[in-house]
Amino acid sequence: MTENGQRTRSLLRAAITLACAAAIYEVLARSGYFAPALLPTLPVIAHTFFASLADGSMIQHAVYTLYRVMFGFCLAVVVGLPLGILMARFQRVEGFFLPLVSALMPIPSFALVPLFMLWFGIGNLTTVLIVFYAATFPMVFNTWSGVRSVNPLWLRAAGCMGADENSLFWKVIIPGASPFIITGMRQAFLRAWIAVVGAEMIAASDWGLGWVIFDAKEFLNTDLMLAALVVIGGIGFLFERMVFGSLERATIQRWGMSRVAKG
Amino acid sequence: MVPIEISDVTLVYDTPSGKVPGVKNVNFNIDASEFVCIVGPSGCGKSTLLNIIAGFLSPVSGEIRIGGKAVTGHGMDRGVVFQDFAQLFPWRTALGNVTFGLEMKGVPKQERDTIAREQLRLVKLEKFTNSYPHHLSGGMQQRVAIARALAYNPAVLLMDEPFAALDAMTRDEMQRLLADVWKTTRKTVIYVTHNVAEAVYLADRVVVMSPHPGTVKAEVAIDLPRPRDPLSVEFLECQKELLRHLGHDVNAKETVN
Ligand SMILES: Nc1ncnc2c1ncn2[C@@H]1O[C@H](COP(=O)(O)OP(=O)(O)OP(=O)(O)O)[C@@H](O)[C@H]1O
Ligand SMILES: [Mg+2]
Repeated sequence: MTENGQRTRSLLRAAITLACAAAIYEVLARSGYFAPALLPTLPVIAHTFFASLADGSMIQHAVYTLYRVMFGFCLAVVVGLPLGILMARFQRVEGFFLPLVSALMPIPSFALVPLFMLWFGIGNLTTVLIVFYAATFPMVFNTWSGVRSVNPLWLRAAGCMGADENSLFWKVIIPGASPFIITGMRQAFLRAWIAVVGAEMIAASDWGLGWVIFDAKEFLNTDLMLAALVVIGGIGFLFERMVFGSLERATIQRWGMSRVAKG
Repeated sequence: MVPIEISDVTLVYDTPSGKVPGVKNVNFNIDASEFVCIVGPSGCGKSTLLNIIAGFLSPVSGEIRIGGKAVTGHGMDRGVVFQDFAQLFPWRTALGNVTFGLEMKGVPKQERDTIAREQLRLVKLEKFTNSYPHHLSGGMQQRVAIARALAYNPAVLLMDEPFAALDAMTRDEMQRLLADVWKTTRKTVIYVTHNVAEAVYLADRVVVMSPHPGTVKAEVAIDLPRPRDPLSVEFLECQKELLRHLGHDVNAKETVN
């Protein structure tokens, strides 16, 4: 009950913050200091937003972007999770990959877009690969730290109870590292979401939320640009809160392990 | 259930700063279904010895035989309970923790749930089968750990100061519970403690160790009838005898922790 009440209250607070920000924007837009073409009022943006939803174009763009982000993100999990685990379990794997990870991680994915575009052309391949690049490192890094932080007592206890390597892996190491793995997925998705919009601006054609913004610039369609931003922000927020939030609630919060994963 | 023979066991820790003696030439036998406590001052090698028996460490020389079979690693003939509450798997309920060993053994789900419930009833936690460890108190968590170690029916139960981190009242309660559990299950138990009263309450026999290097200094049989009364004269006499072996000046310090 109280948990529900708390959630309602935090939702309410978020709504107040958003309403204030919107009001300030509206005042600025109507102040006359800026050209309406550059700073459209909220009703104009809302109109464009609903029109783009009604004709299905915005949804189509969002579907393209989501497809790219999910593809790249899943690829990053499929590669990053085992790699992080192997790095934590085997000294030699760690010795080989750690310098590589350390060297590549600080490179912003956006800086790679032009290069990837030359290599892989314009379209899905490049955008997916950029997303993959952006999402893999947080996945690897967090999994690696997570597996290393698995309580040795759990391994010992499981060993006593006759766990073989296979069960040790699936029934102790993976759940034991889950707070970090979930944090890794969260960070990976956030990075992926940021990366996909950037990549689409340059390396996509015709479809995608990033492409909408870039294309709208050509025609000074600021209302469409802002409408696309709303969609980008909304979807990102939804994933962060709904998908990862409920994943956390169903696992590490229920198990009382979420304190470990803070930070 | 099965006897244990510890013959001439020696272990030396190899550390960066040189060799540290763990235990030296430890010799004693434990009968089937006997409850043996190991007491001794901090650093005398109690945990080291227990870890060798559990198979986590292998001795430099000597050997341990459980039911006639030499110990070479950890095995399902031994159940282990550690001091740390964190030994339970936080992602499994009390029931899930207790079924783990049975799961590894390949016991079908229905059957292992039945067995696990029985074990939880034995440690008086039948109401908490579906609770996660973080919702249980320290004492309850240790009881789950005991149930977990018993569930796959090992012949030997090894315990390293399982109640040391509990408050005195809970500890008394846990000792009574463990005495009951032992009475029902008749496991061979090796129990490490530095609490003399605890050793006298629980043990058939107490092995006293002394440090530098860790060796067996004395063995004291506790022949008191069970359940034991910690306030009886005989109980206090046993405590005094143990303290004497531990090098305390008994007359100067009548009361014991
Ligand atoms: N992992 C280790 N590496 C090096 N030396 C160790 C290690 N574990 C224990 N020792 C040393 O071995 C000796 C015996 O330690 P042990 O932990 O067995 O003592 P203990 O009797 O269990 O003490 P306590 O009552 O404090 O738990 C000590 O001198 C200790 O410093
Ligand atoms: Mg110890």
